[in-house]
Amino acid sequence: MEFKTVLFYLFAAVLVASALRVVTARNPVHAVLFLVLAFFNASGIWMLLDAEFLAIALVMVYVGAVMVLFMFVVMMLDINIESVRRGFWNYLPLGLLVGTILVVEMAAVLGQRYFSLDALPNTAAEAGYSNTKELGRLLYTDYAYPFELASVILLVAIIAAVVLTHRERKDTKAQKIGEQLATRRDDRLRIVSMASVKEAPSVEKAVTEEGNK
Amino acid sequence: MLNNFVMPDFNPAMPEILLLSMTCGILFVDLIFGARHRWMVPLLSVVALLVCAFVTVNTAIGDPVLTFGNMFIDDLMSDFLKLLTYVAVVAVIIYSRGYMKARGLDKGEFYLLMLFATLGMMVMISAANLLTIYLGVELLSLSQYALVAIDRKSTRATEAAMKYFVLGALASGLLLYGMSMLYGATGSLQLGEIAQAASQQSTGNHTVLLFGLVFLVAGIGFKLGVVPFHMWIPDVYEGAPTAVTLFIASAPKFAAFAMTIRLLVTGMFEYAEHWQTMLLILAVSSIALGNLAAIAQTNFKRMLAYSAISHMGFMLLALASGVLAGGDHSPAMAAYTSAMYYVVAYVLSSLGSFGMILLLSRAGFEAENLTDFKGLNKRSPWFALMALIFMFSMAGIPFFVGFFAKFAVLSMLVATEHTATAVFAVIFSLIGAFYYLRVVKVMYFDAPQDNLPLRVGFDMRLVLSVNGLAVALLGLFPQQVMSLCQFALLRSL
Repeated sequence: MEFKTVLFYLFAAVLVASALRVVTARNPVHAVLFLVLAFFNASGIWMLLDAEFLAIALVMVYVGAVMVLFMFVVMMLDINIESVRRGFWNYLPLGLLVGTILVVEMAAVLGQRYFSLDALPNTAAEAGYSNTKELGRLLYTDYAYPFELASVILLVAIIAAVVLTHRERKDTKAQKIGEQLATRRDDRLRIVSMASVKEAPSVEKAVTEEGNK
Repeated sequence: MLNNFVMPDFNPAMPEILLLSMTCGILFVDLIFGARHRWMVPLLSVVALLVCAFVTVNTAIGDPVLTFGNMFIDDLMSDFLKLLTYVAVVAVIIYSRGYMKARGLDKGEFYLLMLFATLGMMVMISAANLLTIYLGVELLSLSQYALVAIDRKSTRATEAAMKYFVLGALASGLLLYGMSMLYGATGSLQLGEIAQAASQQSTGNHTVLLFGLVFLVAGIGFKLGVVPFHMWIPDVYEGAPTAVTLFIASAPKFAAFAMTIRLLVTGMFEYAEHWQTMLLILAVSSIALGNLAAIAQTNFKRMLAYSAISHMGFMLLALASGVLAGGDHSPAMAAYTSAMYYVVAYVLSSLGSFGMILLLSRAGFEAENLTDFKGLNKRSPWFALMALIFMFSMAGIPFFVGFFAKFAVLSMLVATEHTATAVFAVIFSLIGAFYYLRVVKVMYFDAPQDNLPLRVGFDMRLVLSVNGLAVALLGLFPQQVMSLCQFALLRSL
């Protein structure tokens, strides 16, 4: 067995194990850390396939940026694990049953015939072949149209996020100069007409009022 | 290495490029003037769509043109469907302005998200590659999820958006899985090349293609909203703000139709007999469930949602009768024409029906229950007549556009020896006529519950009237649109 094959099985085993732990870990922080491990091993497998650009992008984008964000969110939100996990054991048998049936059925239809290793084209690269350069060339020439579409989708995601979460604060103390200048006397000043002469309080009146009560 | 790259021809995609740049421009206009001049963004959106329509007409060549590495196709079918999409979106913008204003939701983003969704539909309509189909679907869906949730204070809308998002993601996953199978079997994402590879009948890949086809049909079923992938339709239609429901229920149907034609007819025509059987099952169960469930509804939006399910089933009936057993595909063109005509007729009537809810709603009042239509004839005889036209057209009563759409589909079914299915469809159309006619009865024979005059803008009255008259007039002269559909498909497929 080649050393590369050994590495592949090592990476694959760790990947599957950590992916399982992502789902089963009790502590969400642990789950995120296991997800980081899973991504790292996936990037290792890509590296074995000579897809170095994808491997490095996965580490930089997912491990470096996305997972750190995830970690922040998980730590900032105080998620009640027990309530999230409630019913897990009740649903597990049914979920497992449905999943197994699906996998078995799909495997029965497709089997190993079509997607086994020797059915796939040989992608062994010659020396000096740059995966990154090839990807870049394709992305900005032949695939420029889908690439631009993907960027429009991201723009929509930004707009949607702003629409759905941005709230105008009601307690900000900003001056509205236009309103201040446009104000009229009637807005600020209320003139109340009151009797200019007030009747002096008399003793007899107060006494009769007491008596009425 | 870059020397062999040829700059793609941008002309066929001019409407898309223009719409994208104008939408980004409107985004800035909204940022600067949006808060003070609320009328600006809707007006500019309508102008942008009209410019696109002008460009689409002017760049229409007639013969299919491929560009962007064969990922984009500009043919007559796409031009025709894009024009219809613009018309539908313009109508949606005009109908929904007053409604959104009364609820404080007429933010610029509402119109901008609709424009982005329109761009997504145009991409879907013009897609010649699995990748672009998928990206178009995502662009459309993402904008729609946000639109459904745009009323943040409403828990009903948020719940609907959440359901829509989860089920839509599942549907995208199914579609993508099917596409990956197609790619695995044929080694190409190009629809033309997939069709070629499928026709070569190399025995090994037959199973994989068929396997992928099942997932494709499931994904399409989700997007069209047919049984058993219909669960999201009633909840989303009811929960979303009515203006958004109007949008979801109209223009995207054109895009979904185009996607179905591209994937199944252009890509997998070799397997027509297989997908026809699948579509037939989806169609028959949609017609049955949609019509039966609609009877029980007291909420007008929910009733229209179930009616949408049955209408989409009806449209699939036409698609399912293109190729005869034994591979004779002479009736195919007529079948797809009648399906296209059915979509056009349905969207026209659907626009009007949801427009009626917007017409009757006002600040703090949602005219979404059947009882809110009581005595409409006494309040506004003209709009009661319009609502009657829409309901008759939906029910398929003679001499409205919906009747000829149903008639075309049924005659197609009889011609291709699906007589039993045709009889079944007729029976369920009759059952369906009950709930449409109940609306008419409520409008004309019941006493009104509130006597407030209708207070909507002149633009909405005008467009809604034009919409109603179009449904009536196209019913009197059905041949024009039918031959347009036929011509567009003949020059495209």
